Amino acid sequence: MNFLLQSQVPLSWFLVLSAALFVLGVVGFLIKRNLITVFMSIELMLNAVNLSFVTFATQWHAVKGQIFVFFVMMVAAAEAAVGLAIIIAVFRARATLAVDRIDLMKL
Amino acid sequence: MISSWLLIIPLLPLAGFLINGLLGGRLPKSVVTMVALLAPLASFAVVAQAARAVFLAGEALPIVATCPFPWINVPGLHVDFSFVLDQLSLVMLLVVTGVGFLIHVYSVGYMAHEEGYARYFSYLNLFLFFMTVLVLAGNALLMFVGWEGVGLASYLLIGFYFTKDSAANAGKKAFIVNRIGDFGFLIAMFLLLANFGTLSFAEIATKIAASPAISGCVITSIALCLLLGATGKSAQLPLYIWLPDAMEGPTPVSALIHAATMVTAGVYMMARTHVLFDHSPTALTVVAIVGAATALFAATMGLAQTDIKRVLAYSTISQLGYMFLACGVAAYSAGVFHLMTHAFFKALLFLAAGSVIHGLGGEQDLRKMGGLWKKMPITFAVTTIAVFAIAGFPPFAGFFSKDAILYAAFLQQPFGIVLWAVGALTALITSIYMFRLWYMTFLGKPRTADQHAHESPWSMLGPLVLLALLSLCGGWMGIEKFGEFLAPATGALHLESHLPNLEIILTGVAVALAALGLLVAHIFYSAKPEAPAKLATTLGPVYKLVANKYYVDEIYAALIVKPLLALSRFVLEWVVDVAILGGLAWLLGGLANFAGAILQKVQSGNLRSYAGWLAGGAAVMLVFVLVPWDFVGLLCKGFLMIVLKGAGH
Repeated sequence: MNFLLQSQVPLSWFLVLSAALFVLGVVGFLIKRNLITVFMSIELMLNAVNLSFVTFATQWHAVKGQIFVFFVMMVAAAEAAVGLAIIIAVFRARATLAVDRIDLMKL
Repeated sequence: MISSWLLIIPLLPLAGFLINGLLGGRLPKSVVTMVALLAPLASFAVVAQAARAVFLAGEALPIVATCPFPWINVPGLHVDFSFVLDQLSLVMLLVVTGVGFLIHVYSVGYMAHEEGYARYFSYLNLFLFFMTVLVLAGNALLMFVGWEGVGLASYLLIGFYFTKDSAANAGKKAFIVNRIGDFGFLIAMFLLLANFGTLSFAEIATKIAASPAISGCVITSIALCLLLGATGKSAQLPLYIWLPDAMEGPTPVSALIHAATMVTAGVYMMARTHVLFDHSPTALTVVAIVGAATALFAATMGLAQTDIKRVLAYSTISQLGYMFLACGVAAYSAGVFHLMTHAFFKALLFLAAGSVIHGLGGEQDLRKMGGLWKKMPITFAVTTIAVFAIAGFPPFAGFFSKDAILYAAFLQQPFGIVLWAVGALTALITSIYMFRLWYMTFLGKPRTADQHAHESPWSMLGPLVLLALLSLCGGWMGIEKFGEFLAPATGALHLESHLPNLEIILTGVAVALAALGLLVAHIFYSAKPEAPAKLATTLGPVYKLVANKYYVDEIYAALIVKPLLALSRFVLEWVVDVAILGGLAWLLGGLANFAGAILQKVQSGNLRSYAGWLAGGAAVMLVFVLVPWDFVGLLCKGFLMIVLKGAGH
């Protein structure tokens, strides 16, 4: 990243990219019906946030942002594991992954 | 020396109350009796010691004892716990603790087989505590504490047999009627505070003496409010109705509280605040009229009663009317004199009636008594003394005090002769109904076949004999000496007349009337026993009116009690319960329902709608944070100015 910053790419570009990724995630989350796509949208949002974290960490020479990214990635990995397990369980039970069809808590 | 002892006088009965009230149920009966008797006896001993110091050692009165710490101390109001022993409170204390002790002794025999023995004596001691506080109080507020306290004790003792509906209701009636009087007392205290800035009796007297120009209207209203208080406590017109019902309590209670001491508190209070009454001729006139009217009214009601205790109750009201009459003609010492002798002979009458009731196993109906003199000779003898005393025969105690009141009433200007005539007529009626009671109870033949009447035990007869002695000799000191003694506390008594022999003539008339009463009672209830029934049928409606106590209770019920009950039922049931409480509950419930109905739409169960709300919320917050509101404000302002300017042009 350092070399990118030094190569005169302005800060705002990174942020705009981050925002664009985030909005893509949000929109995907809201409009997609497939549970796996929704799940991937969440990952996209998380990584958009990660991008702005590292951007600011480099800008302000603060290591905290970098550390936070590792936390986020760790949580995302755990979440992916649990979430995918749940998705498989749901598919086995309902034989569908359409979000609108799985709005009941009980089977 | 004595001043520190003053505090002991009320505290001893208080200790007795606490011991018997808290532990009485667990203590053996003998200990309860001992505690109950020792407390008033010790109080009486202290009072007697004080009296000895005053009479023999020439101790100067008044003696004031003030607690070292103030009771209430705020700007504009300073009240101490101050006890004052002067001539008036000394006489009253001797009566209260002396007669009180005798009645305690009597109660030991009378209540021996009753349930709630310890409770009874703890209440009785509580009464003595509050009564001594009332008598000793050096300011109106402390007197009010005692005043309310004796009302409480009276309520508790009237309702002593609280499982009986009539007793519980009588207690409530006494308490509620007394509240009306207490309201007057309270207003009087507020007026005193507003106009004199103090509640101490001594300071009020000095302030009035220092400024003779003080507004008569203020003093009259204070005095009339005090009179309202006194009519409640002392069972005068129009608030007398609670006293006959108060006879539901045990008979010794009727003797102590509802004859000898508590009901005289109104008279005592007027004597204590006589400075106010002296400065208001209007108030004095009202007092005299109330007293005379009550005396006559209650006496006529006593004529047709058949319950022995109710006859005595109406007689008490009537005699209290005499005391009010005395206060109303500014002869306070005569009133207090009658208070004292009345305490002796009326306590004796009640206790003797209790002895009769006890001997007959609870029978109170005069029509079922008769011929008891053989079976209860001592009770008969002491009752005879008491009846002659209340009827006003010399040399019994009642003669001297009643004579003094009638004489003082006659001398009042301008309509003293009317007051005297009412008083004399009352004396005649008193004599008739008392001898009626005497004949019906003790003489003639037994009116019920089955009579196991027996004389009472000596614990009851002892106090009777002592009280009989007092009823005989209690008036021998004479009103002149008594008035002279009381003069520093209640003002001098002026009983001079320009007519020679007036006093002797009036006395002769009074005695003749008493004798006439005896004669009438003898004809009606001994010589011609069929005469009363005949007279009753002849008089018809009048007799019915009197026998039903002029329907006063019914009139009060229709005019005051029922509308008040209906109003409070309406206010409490419909306004408070249904409208306010019910409406509030309905409103809160409705609000919760309404909010739920709206908010439940959010909980659609659709995952994407949740996500939409989330995103929308985040967007709103983002807008809120990012928009430069100051700048937007400025823009709006500028836009508005331009628009307004454009409009102006």
